[in-house]
Amino acid sequence: MAMTETLPATPANPVRRALRSRLLRPLALAPLMAALSGCEAIVLAPAGDIAIQQRDLLVFSVLLMLLVIVPVMALTVYFAWKYRASNKQTEEEYSPDWDHSTHLELVIWAVPLLIIICLGAVTWTGTHLLDPYRPLDRIKDGEAVSEAHKPLQVEVVALDWKWLFIYPEYGIATVNELAAPVDRPIRFHITSSGVMNSFYVPALAGQIYAMPGMETKLHAVINRPGEYTGFSANYSGDGFSNMRFAFYGMDDEAFNQWVAKVRAGGSALDRDAYLELERPSEKVPVIYYSGIEPQLFDAVVNMCVQPGKMCMGEMMDIDRKGGLGVDAIRNTLPLVYDKYHRRGIAVFGSGESYVMQVCTPLEAERAAVEASMRRQANAEVLDRANPFNRLTGAALAAPGTRSGVPQGSTVKAEQVGFQPLTVGAARASVSQS
Amino acid sequence: MASETIVETSPLLGRLSWAAIPADPIVHVTFAVVVVGGLGMLALLTKYKLWGYLWKEWFTTVDHKKIGIMYMILGLVMFLRGFADAVMMRIQQAMAFGGSEGYLNAHHYDQIFTAHGVIMIFFVAMPMITGLMNYLVPLQIGARDVSFPFLNNFSFWMTTGGAIMVMASLFVGEFARTGWLAYPPLSGIAYSPGVGVDYYIWALQVAGVGTTLSGINLIATIVKMRAPGMGMMKMPVFTWTSLCANVLIVASFPILTATLVLLSADRYVGTNFFTNDFGGNPMMYVNLIWIWGHPEVYILILPLFGVFSEVASTFSGKRLFGYTSMVYATVCITILSYLVWLHHFFTMGSGASVNSFFGITTMIISIPTGAKIFNWLFTMYRGRIKFELPMMWLIAFMLTFVIGGMTGVMLAVPPADFVLHNSLFLIAHFHNVIIGGVLFGLFAAINYWWPKAFGFKLDKKWGLVSFWCWVVGFWVAFAPLYVLGFMGVTRRMRVFDDPSYQIWFIIAAIGVAIIACGIFAMLVQFAISIINRDKLRDVSGDPWNGRTLEWATSSPPPAYNFAKTPVIHDSDSWADMKSRGYVRPTKGFDAIHMPSNTGTGVILSALSMVCGLALIWYIWWLAAASFLAIIVVAIAHTFNYRRDYYIPVEEVEATEEARTVALAQLQAKG
Amino acid sequence: MSAVQAPINPDYVDAEGKPLWHPVSEPHHPEGSSTMLGFWMYLMSDCLIFAMLFAVYAVIGGNYAGAVGPHHLFDLNLIAVNTAMLLFSSITYGFAMLAMMKGKITQTLVWLGVTGLFGLAFLGIELYEFNHLIHLGATPQRSGFLSAFFLLVGTHGLHVTFGIIWLVTLMVQVKMKGLIPANKRRLMCLSMFWHFLDVIWIGVFTFVYLMGMLR
Repeated sequence: MAMTETLPATPANPVRRALRSRLLRPLALAPLMAALSGCEAIVLAPAGDIAIQQRDLLVFSVLLMLLVIVPVMALTVYFAWKYRASNKQTEEEYSPDWDHSTHLELVIWAVPLLIIICLGAVTWTGTHLLDPYRPLDRIKDGEAVSEAHKPLQVEVVALDWKWLFIYPEYGIATVNELAAPVDRPIRFHITSSGVMNSFYVPALAGQIYAMPGMETKLHAVINRPGEYTGFSANYSGDGFSNMRFAFYGMDDEAFNQWVAKVRAGGSALDRDAYLELERPSEKVPVIYYSGIEPQLFDAVVNMCVQPGKMCMGEMMDIDRKGGLGVDAIRNTLPLVYDKYHRRGIAVFGSGESYVMQVCTPLEAERAAVEASMRRQANAEVLDRANPFNRLTGAALAAPGTRSGVPQGSTVKAEQVGFQPLTVGAARASVSQS
Repeated sequence: MASETIVETSPLLGRLSWAAIPADPIVHVTFAVVVVGGLGMLALLTKYKLWGYLWKEWFTTVDHKKIGIMYMILGLVMFLRGFADAVMMRIQQAMAFGGSEGYLNAHHYDQIFTAHGVIMIFFVAMPMITGLMNYLVPLQIGARDVSFPFLNNFSFWMTTGGAIMVMASLFVGEFARTGWLAYPPLSGIAYSPGVGVDYYIWALQVAGVGTTLSGINLIATIVKMRAPGMGMMKMPVFTWTSLCANVLIVASFPILTATLVLLSADRYVGTNFFTNDFGGNPMMYVNLIWIWGHPEVYILILPLFGVFSEVASTFSGKRLFGYTSMVYATVCITILSYLVWLHHFFTMGSGASVNSFFGITTMIISIPTGAKIFNWLFTMYRGRIKFELPMMWLIAFMLTFVIGGMTGVMLAVPPADFVLHNSLFLIAHFHNVIIGGVLFGLFAAINYWWPKAFGFKLDKKWGLVSFWCWVVGFWVAFAPLYVLGFMGVTRRMRVFDDPSYQIWFIIAAIGVAIIACGIFAMLVQFAISIINRDKLRDVSGDPWNGRTLEWATSSPPPAYNFAKTPVIHDSDSWADMKSRGYVRPTKGFDAIHMPSNTGTGVILSALSMVCGLALIWYIWWLAAASFLAIIVVAIAHTFNYRRDYYIPVEEVEATEEARTVALAQLQAKG
Repeated sequence: MSAVQAPINPDYVDAEGKPLWHPVSEPHHPEGSSTMLGFWMYLMSDCLIFAMLFAVYAVIGGNYAGAVGPHHLFDLNLIAVNTAMLLFSSITYGFAMLAMMKGKITQTLVWLGVTGLFGLAFLGIELYEFNHLIHLGATPQRSGFLSAFFLLVGTHGLHVTFGIIWLVTLMVQVKMKGLIPANKRRLMCLSMFWHFLDVIWIGVFTFVYLMGMLR
């Protein structure tokens, strides 16, 4: 978002302005960049706007803290040297019973306090503005997001041990290769098939966990064409080290060619192909899928790719209504051992099994979609009614607005970025915007 | 994949079979060395008829001083193992470039980084700080022992039992391959069916019992056993920080215990606490484990803050600057440490408000911590600083720790954490505070209190070699990791493809080599000092012109610590006594009431270990039998009502008279 | 150097106003003087374990995995009887303590025995309930809710079991040694433990059973 003069004069804003000012930025980076010249510190010189802002916040916090760190280190050395026992000059000053000074105590508590107040304010605003769930409000410094920028939707599945990327608009999918047009907002929907991973492309934006049965989101944009590296940043087992993928930032034309290339090569990704892909494997070469089964990602998030298995969304809906009663207890089927990526069973367990669907796959899917739409509608009403939610992100401009005053009367809680610590959330399967 | 994990279990031996012995030459060689070394040790012990001595004087002792020393030895031994893991990781990461797989496969490497973390935290840092607190707290408060001496012995042996189980996993079976906190679903039975995670669970459970009980014991000791006149605000700072650390232990270890119980229920019974399916919730584990895990960090560092406070004031020859604010800062940290756990997983997507709340609470902790640093700084101000080894460690700590603190606050800013989370920057950060704070503090403490424990000082020359190797080695080893973090390199990687990283890993490996020299120099320092103990002898009991009560006794202190309980008038009680011309009493002693030794702790711990191992290997009959035995032994122990004895007056008089003579000789010498 | 010394502790001066360095008579820490404090801290750490299990129940107690919820499962009448057993046992333990104060050994033993019987009745009903649930198929493996339920209630039951073992041990010890101070102290500790389990059960009864019926 471009900085404008109409920003309300909240306490946080001077800091933010300083943070974002172009004057400060090169200055801030100079010492670090000098120290690290000769190596490619991608975190400090990223190519995506979100990562750049995260870098700025990092640098700002360092500079702020150096205000106190440097004097402390200098004083430590100085005092240690000056008051050494062998120094005759300071013998006079020796005062073994001096142990208190109200003025000094005030200073030593106040200085860190002031720095933390300052840093805390920056953290509050920065965390809300750079919340990965928050849609972008600018493409880069000086270029706001407009109607013309239709976000690229990418659905990401962390598998053992490779990455699956699904492009629902284009009807294609890839393994271990990701591409996006330069300066177009990207909206990642991220989940995992079995264990926890973390989706991280340092050049593009900060990471977010990929967790089974849950969907996390990440909004980002790449500003410079090039080939970058992405990987899992959370240890996930044997093949973790090789869970890398290439991320290409491309201009529009090159991206279209890339899409065409993916479409031309390879087969379609249907449920069977996915279940095959889901098996653990390492160092998987790039795979292109020319087509995808619709709703596959929803099924992955809801952990019901296997035919006949109850979807998480449906299950949660049933649970919310109080369960199904005693008869439903035995509504489970044993897992065929070798079929999925489970590798062991509890010795006193009842044998591994899964909960069966109660309706046909189509019905269940439709029910899940409807339920999630209902939930979303309800959530919006609830969010508006909750005064706490109106407070979150106080003093922040809503995305897509040029001034601090949000367009329309309400700010959608989700956009401002309050995601409660929910458990096992099933995905709202309709894509937003 | 699936076929190798379907394990046959026999009724007699569970899943234990010859296949459990790792088919790996490195392990075989290590095992051979351990067996030969162990047999040699046993032979020597037998030859010199030391078994009875060890059993009577050490294993069954309830003397807090001996237990403290045993904790330190345990920590030191485990430190060598944990460091060996670190060396292996550094070599692997320096090698595995350009298609090279290095020399460790994933199965091996993943165990090593898990074991390194678990060992260093639970079986090095924890025993060492517990040992330090055990040794010093009763002496500093003028008590003769802890509140529950038998419990103290039992706690030590439980911790040792856990350590032995971790060591056993090296040779029989495997250790966890999950990272040191064993996040599910990866650590669940579905993804880690082997014995590794079970070793992890039961080792921590057995050791955790010891830790919790020793926490309760030390709190009761500090609250109930202080010498007359010692109000809370007259306690030495180390005792204060120990009190806070033990409060944290008692209020956080039960959470670890319960969390691991839930994980084991998932693994053994197939419940659904942390599973993906059937309504389990893996995120709950991450929250729970860090609700324990973050206070744990402060359990480790707080006692060392106390050590540094004692060192700063002793070697500056001054009262500690800002005693009161030091105490309040410690209490603040204690409370705040429960409000920050979520900063370990900002990237889980909790939302901006939750993240910024926890980010800001984290930053707030740096305020009392900063105040502490300033307090040490102004303790040095206008002092007469003697650069003995503990003081050098203090200065190294101050210069190192502030950097670690700064990088910590950087990580507390959620958007910055998004780019640095789980990176080598994070690794560098927490090694920066744990090595720079906890380890440097332990080294300061060892050099400072060694003369108290053994009656002679440590050799300074080798101490300096060790000091410089450690400080330089630390920065050479970890500065590259900060750089690599900025290059976007994540932790727990076994192989790399970007060749530009390699140089940094090689530098880090060189740093580890320098640290190895530091460790070697420290072992030499101990050996040389023991050999030259007569030259380094300190008869006064107060070699550093100390300020707290432990320096009032002889070195090493007699079993009863103080022949007559002292009265406290000031927080620097011994300095106060000296300045007011205190005269040591030489007559009028009474018989002293002391607790008797008992072997029950050793037996209970051995049985718990057997029970744990039986559960790990699914040997159900043995698990049941040993569990039953634990209960029977515990009940039998309660039928022993005679747990104390009196040291006769004559013995006290003789001991004190010997000290009077020694002190007179010392004075005559000048 | 400067002679600004800390003030003397006024409670410890001799007749001339000089600081006293050793108390006139040695302070006595009789064996067991810290026991109550120590045991109280143990109880609090145990309480934390239960707090955590309650929290876990609060988080996943609504995850029925498409199966059965609490109101289809629990029989409140049975639980009411069960609760009564435990509450009665607490009262009878109180009577045992009163008898102990009066130094009446036989009476103490009788009340302890009654307490133990109530405890056993409680355990028996709990085991019956568990057996019933497992028979229905509502095993701890079936859903997050059932896992959390069985672990919370089971952990409490386990505590009661150990309480009974301890109680029997103490009865034997009182029989053998009489009401000596060590035994009185142990009876006090067990008393705290027993009442603590009662308090926990009231939490279980309210949050798991009563509120479960409302779900």
